[in-house]
Amino acid sequence: MDLALNCIKISHRKNTENCETLVYPVPETVCIPMLQHMGSPCKPLVSVGDEVKVGQKIGDSEAFMSVPVHSSVSGKVIAAEDFLSAAGKVCKSITIECDGKQTVSEDVKPPVITDKASLIKAVRESGCCGLGGAGFPTHIKLNFDENKTPIDSLVINAAECEPYITSDYREMMENPEDVLNGIKIIQNILQIENVYVCIESNKPKAIELLTDMTSGDNSIKIKRLSSLYPQGAEKVIAYNATGRTIKEGELPSNQGIIVMNVSTVAFLNRYFKTGMPLIRRRLTIDGNAVKSPCNADVPVGTSIGELLRFAECDEDKVKKVLTGGLMMGMCIYDLSTPVIKTNNAVIALKNDVKKTQTNCIRCGRCINACPAGLMPTEFEKAYKQKDADRLKSLRVNLCMNCGSCSYVCPAKRNLAETNQLAKMFVSQSNQEKRNNI
Amino acid sequence: MKKLIVSPSPHVRSGITTQKIMLNVIIALCPAVIASGMIFGFRAIFLILVCVATSMVWETLFNMIAKKPNTISDLTAVVTGILLAFNLPPTLPFWMAAIGTFVAIVIVKCLFGGLGQNFANPAIVGRIVLMLSFTGAMTNWTLPLARQTSDAITGATPLVSQNAEYSDLFFGMTGGCLGETCALALIIGGIYLVIRRIISPITPLFFLLTVEVFSAIVGADPLYQILSGGLLLGAIFMATDYVTSPITMWGKVIFGIGCGIITCVIRFYASMAEGVSFSILIMNILTPYIDMITKAKPVGAVPAKKED
Repeated sequence: MDLALNCIKISHRKNTENCETLVYPVPETVCIPMLQHMGSPCKPLVSVGDEVKVGQKIGDSEAFMSVPVHSSVSGKVIAAEDFLSAAGKVCKSITIECDGKQTVSEDVKPPVITDKASLIKAVRESGCCGLGGAGFPTHIKLNFDENKTPIDSLVINAAECEPYITSDYREMMENPEDVLNGIKIIQNILQIENVYVCIESNKPKAIELLTDMTSGDNSIKIKRLSSLYPQGAEKVIAYNATGRTIKEGELPSNQGIIVMNVSTVAFLNRYFKTGMPLIRRRLTIDGNAVKSPCNADVPVGTSIGELLRFAECDEDKVKKVLTGGLMMGMCIYDLSTPVIKTNNAVIALKNDVKKTQTNCIRCGRCINACPAGLMPTEFEKAYKQKDADRLKSLRVNLCMNCGSCSYVCPAKRNLAETNQLAKMFVSQSNQEKRNNI
Repeated sequence: MKKLIVSPSPHVRSGITTQKIMLNVIIALCPAVIASGMIFGFRAIFLILVCVATSMVWETLFNMIAKKPNTISDLTAVVTGILLAFNLPPTLPFWMAAIGTFVAIVIVKCLFGGLGQNFANPAIVGRIVLMLSFTGAMTNWTLPLARQTSDAITGATPLVSQNAEYSDLFFGMTGGCLGETCALALIIGGIYLVIRRIISPITPLFFLLTVEVFSAIVGADPLYQILSGGLLLGAIFMATDYVTSPITMWGKVIFGIGCGIITCVIRFYASMAEGVSFSILIMNILTPYIDMITKAKPVGAVPAKKED
């Protein structure tokens, strides 16, 4: 069952798997963007000159798809400016000069959770979004309609299939109680029958540790997945855990599944205990330009340039800096870019991938690599001809941008990039059609 | 502000390149090259070298005239040269071979837009053009050096004579095109390509299986049919050409079966003794249609709603 979806082998480069998490010192200033999750940006609740404390809410929104933003330091707001995110979206950002005292806000107190409604409310107030990278607001994920499809499976995504990244692995090794207690709370309140903690086989110690700790509990199953990419993609892990296919246009909840990242559940447990919202996160600092790769627990808003200096990165040699993994990470254009909630790694590279493109030889490697069963080479041809109908019938919208097609292509064609362009082209042409009617 | 490179993901690529794939095909062809030299003598090797050299010259010249970057470093011209040479009798005059490579490289490949754009296998078309233009020279089958006597230098191919020994067919001690006779060398090359994951074994297996079943049904000797003629060369090295064969697994199945049926129909019912090249050419032409009906199935796709 594990191998039913296409996947590829890539080298793991888990250099930091045995690096205990270092606590990053309080920086001099932090810059906290108002959009760190998937959805609508927050409106700032503080203005220049205001004093803020650790854990104080500094941004919120009335939009459905949004989570509040909190200050990660105590100090004084010195700027509130427009900010261009790596994803190309503009939002406000709050720059805070730290006073170094780290005074905790009086709002920080453990939430009282008795039922589903209070859980959802507390999760929203924690500022929690998916920590695996996509940043889907967690309270929306948990607030499913149980009358539609009953949720019977909670899939905990601990695959960590991207090269270099070990932050989820360190979470499991250092805070296994948080992981399991977080799971228990969500499982009990939402009354979910089965929990599958899915871990790739390249993390045998984590599998062993969690299996031992759950030996008396039949409702939590630790699943060993083969170390293949993209094992941690939501649809792939949901399929490999439960055997159910999430269909086009569906969320996992339509199939009775909730998929949560392992670091997200561990954070939620700490939040339920202490009431401290999501203001710090663990990330892996690695890459061939980094001299001492490590895992660090970093306040949100710390600049990536400072982080790289912390890991003894040779700044002159750095050509490319990524937030996230090698396969799906995004390039930042400026070293002063701040760390946000969804960053699970910062990777600094000395070289760019060589890209001498040659003609497609129709070898079919991209088709055999696509976990969604798509035909990337056909997308490329249809996109060149601007054929929106063909792109639609080939289901370009199902591409999850895992990058496997580009990775395996012997002609080094930028297939994943073209897929994204094609998706945008299709939605534009749909829009035009609607306007013409 | 330090300037950083910004590019779309993924930020890592596999080591495989078109050039490496072609190099592997060349390595897989080496046993058959050596076998042809041992069976038909030095001239066979020399003919292969002529084909390879002229292929590279034609491609270079075309790219110079068309003002395109030279593409011979992708090694596809070398592969085409060797494959075309394998389809020629050892005695063919060199200038005829050069015409064959011209047709294969310039007319079939370059004029259609170069690598990846040709609709038919260049080496196959090269062979067919030579076959139709110089039928005499192209059917002058010398016997292997070890089988030549003072009064018999040439002889019929096993498909015509129908009386060769299995061991001779397996080790290539029969008359025929210089690369097609030694089944052992071709099978070694094929196994190498499958192990290195360069080709999928689906097409050759279905091709051979179809010929076997068809032969058994019409009462011919299936093993003899598989070992003789250009069947193994065609099935392993020509029908598996990426560019001109279907891209999906089921497409490859249809392609293999189609090649097998057409080969047998020509061998048993047409006036020609051998039908492998024509069968592959016909299936090459059908490839876009096979691709159309054998699209990969997207995971979780729901049928499109009718638009009002």
